Amino acid sequence: MKRRDFIQLTGMGAAGAAMLTGIPEMGMGHAISPERALEVIDPALKKRIADVALNAARSKGATYTDVRIGRYLNQFVVTREDKVQNIVNTESYGAGIRVIANGGWGFAATDKMDNDSIAKAAELAVAIAKENSRLLTEPVQLAPQKGYGEVSWKAPIEKNAFEVPMKEKVDLLLNVNSVAMKGGADYITSLLFLINEQKYFASTDGSYIDQDIHRIWPAFFITAIDKASGKFETRNTLSAPMGMGYEYLNARPQDKITGGPTTLFKGRYDMFEDARLGGLQAKEKLTAKSVEPGKYDLVLDPSHLWLTIHESVGHPTELDRVLGYEANFAGTSFLTLDKWESKKFNFGNKLVNIVADKTQVGSLGAVGYDDEGVQCGKWDIIKDGILVNYQVIRDQAHILGLKASQGCCYSQNWADVQFQRMPNISLQPGKEKKSVDDLIKGVEKGIYIIGDGSFSIDQQRFNFQFGGQLFYEIKNGKIAGMLKDVAYQSNTQEFWNSCAGIADESDYRLGGAFGDGKGQPPQSNSVSHGSSTTRFNGVNVINTARKIG
Amino acid sequence: MAILSKEEARKILEKALSYSKADGCSVSLNGTDRGNIRYARNSVSTAGENTNVVLGVSSNFGKKLGTATINEFDDASLEKVVRRSEELAQLAPENPEFMDALPQQTYGGESKTWSEATAKITPEYRAQAAADSIGPAAAKDVTSAGYLEDSRSFSAILNNKGLFAYNKETGVDFTVTMRTNDGTGSGWAARSVNDVSKLNAATTSKIAIDKALQSRNAKALEPGKYTVILEASAAADLVRLMLNMNARQADEGRSFLSKKGGGTKVGEKLVDERVNIYTDPWSDEVPSSPWQNDGQARKKMDIIKNGVVSGLFYDRYWATQKNVAPVPFPSNAIMEGGTASLEDMIKDTAKGVLVTRFWYIRPVDPQTLLFTGLTRDGTFYIENGKIKYPIKNFRFNESPIIMLNNLETLGKAERAVTSEGQLSLFIPNMKIRDFTFSSLSDAV
Repeated sequence: MKRRDFIQLTGMGAAGAAMLTGIPEMGMGHAISPERALEVIDPALKKRIADVALNAARSKGATYTDVRIGRYLNQFVVTREDKVQNIVNTESYGAGIRVIANGGWGFAATDKMDNDSIAKAAELAVAIAKENSRLLTEPVQLAPQKGYGEVSWKAPIEKNAFEVPMKEKVDLLLNVNSVAMKGGADYITSLLFLINEQKYFASTDGSYIDQDIHRIWPAFFITAIDKASGKFETRNTLSAPMGMGYEYLNARPQDKITGGPTTLFKGRYDMFEDARLGGLQAKEKLTAKSVEPGKYDLVLDPSHLWLTIHESVGHPTELDRVLGYEANFAGTSFLTLDKWESKKFNFGNKLVNIVADKTQVGSLGAVGYDDEGVQCGKWDIIKDGILVNYQVIRDQAHILGLKASQGCCYSQNWADVQFQRMPNISLQPGKEKKSVDDLIKGVEKGIYIIGDGSFSIDQQRFNFQFGGQLFYEIKNGKIAGMLKDVAYQSNTQEFWNSCAGIADESDYRLGGAFGDGKGQPPQSNSVSHGSSTTRFNGVNVINTARKIG
Repeated sequence: MAILSKEEARKILEKALSYSKADGCSVSLNGTDRGNIRYARNSVSTAGENTNVVLGVSSNFGKKLGTATINEFDDASLEKVVRRSEELAQLAPENPEFMDALPQQTYGGESKTWSEATAKITPEYRAQAAADSIGPAAAKDVTSAGYLEDSRSFSAILNNKGLFAYNKETGVDFTVTMRTNDGTGSGWAARSVNDVSKLNAATTSKIAIDKALQSRNAKALEPGKYTVILEASAAADLVRLMLNMNARQADEGRSFLSKKGGGTKVGEKLVDERVNIYTDPWSDEVPSSPWQNDGQARKKMDIIKNGVVSGLFYDRYWATQKNVAPVPFPSNAIMEGGTASLEDMIKDTAKGVLVTRFWYIRPVDPQTLLFTGLTRDGTFYIENGKIKYPIKNFRFNESPIIMLNNLETLGKAERAVTSEGQLSLFIPNMKIRDFTFSSLSDAV
């Protein structure tokens, strides 16, 4: 589920009746009272349930079993202009049991948590594994994994967003709407989406892992209209969805980057300030200069670059895509194994260092352990421009000759089977001291792009096109005014080889995808992408303005 | 338990409603049985079944609405879920756009959405479909990846104004991608049916295998404006994007249907006069439920008639603001076609590009409905009435409005499976002039 689809979902909720069918279809679970979200299930009870499943599967012939007992809480609050459109709290609680029997995978899930139902689900998983094993070309090879015993991990949040009174959230959003409209917005939709995953994992390797994960996404979507010309422009939020608590919305002076054409946010977000500027900028866009197509040097802010990293680095380095498991839907990858084996494939130039990191504090992908009980870590994907690694789970590790999984296994819910999903994938900051101003100073003809917009990339991740939220012309080292109708097109390898400078660590910020889709049936994953502001030389920019009727 | 009859559903809904103490209450019951099989690298990767029945209750006090759901149906659970929805309603802020429940509506004839054959699908059927796809692929040195999902579902609603509606539906979706083992060719085919007896996985797979073999070693053409023949899937993936003709957005001035100076383009010519698109829940080809989930009756209605915008879709709240009758959003779309087969259209083309399907289609400018995306899994160059050779994929930047103004020929219509959309479409293959391809992709 991409952001766009999520917006459609929340839009659907404008009528209560629509949500009745909307919620179960999305697999979000059942509506609950906000207070119930604060209840916690005792890990000792979860351990007892897990042991029932492990024993039942073993007794039917499973050679490996893992159990995920999950309680998934969602809250979303949606407003437009001066109205609250929708408030929804949902809970989904159940267990998913995955086994290997006769060398094949089997999976079954249940939301009935009594011993009998759990044992039956485990037995069904074994039966399915045995059935599937008849069609196997080779048995599953699972990388060894030590058991951790009884351990826990909690996201280091300061304030549980589910504890914040609803009135405070509604007031925040309505104030955001009001200030945007004062500045020039004709319409605004704003929302707050909160997630708490309370996950328990147990396996026959001897792990019992209890984890508590929080995510938050504040966002708005502004439209400004010029009735006389019949034209309209939009300006979306510059926030990043984060793996944080409500403290994300409490921005301190040190969290704001000012001095450029708009305020940017580092670590924490001032939604009110972004909306105030957003209203003004949406209006300014109506009369902005339409871009002249051609080659430009691009200076890309992290609020924009995260999506280019996600699409052009994150997805093609997923090993399941490389191997062909996603060929019928998301696609395959141009980063074939021979390119990795050669140890000299120039994904980018020497400035480009990209790491996978599931431990990054505050990121969407941060967890202690993945959904097959592997402790999470950090590793290089692109080193000095060379492709050096992929994203791997336990049954893929042997393909790369690895002795252990990299901990990239995830499932969106207890009811869905876990599979390889993207960890946080981030561009490392420049090693030399360099500011955004330093980057802009050196550009003769360029465009400074802030915020994510339109995005599209082919099924092997060569050719892409990206838009943005705010575009500023750079002339002879200075920002010369706002542009519109901008999109750039490039080829992944060409683009990362045109990298001409990366700001230093002091500019490093995270962006992210709250609901990245993959698989059939599709599942959603949340993932962050960090970078400092980066310059790319000679990128092809097109003008997207057209005329109809 | 998943598929309840009309009477069984009504009984549970009546019991739930009997516990209501709110000003208004609507209850719904939705159940689905789903089965699927997924394969890749010529081997089955996952297979499974799941069942889900959910009762939902929406209670309101004045304009304060609360919704709760449950999956247990004993009397105590039913009472509990009604009470919970009432508690949530009391806590909710007023929604000025809240609309009271509808009284009983009149629905047209019997729905055509259920098929007994689909209701009887077994895991063995799915495994056979996968085998029918994998076997022929392996025999031709091609690697198959595919997904088959079948579903049986029912929906029922009841409210305190006496409205009751029920519908049950079956569906099967099958998609398959075939890739040649040298990595230079890829083909795709897909079918979506309500009645599984209309699906033949082997035949569909053969189309994808042939496309994969024919698309090997593609040549590069310069990007630019080309005459294109869009197969039904490609056509559907762009046409669907103009069918969300939301009256509110148009009235608010933020739609491709908004007019300079205010007002909407209803009654104005938008596209070529040969374009006729309508929605019809009783279509034999793309049947849908005769009611939408708030109980409003769906009707057969024109969307585009002779190229002119016939009418927009109004939710109930916006209809009251504009003093018009609400118009339910379309559940399907049927575009009238012509008589030309795909082969006829190719024969009649001096220079052009044949497109199997599009991929990764995203909005670029909502003002002009400009979208970008790429061709995928079978793109060919046509010269002097013949397919000359496979070509590398293109990125397009195009608006369905501009595209349907550049219409050359409408071919025979068929039920199309889109790459990314949800709407069921019955739509012709079509020939379009001056379609904008803006760059080349090396992706196979």
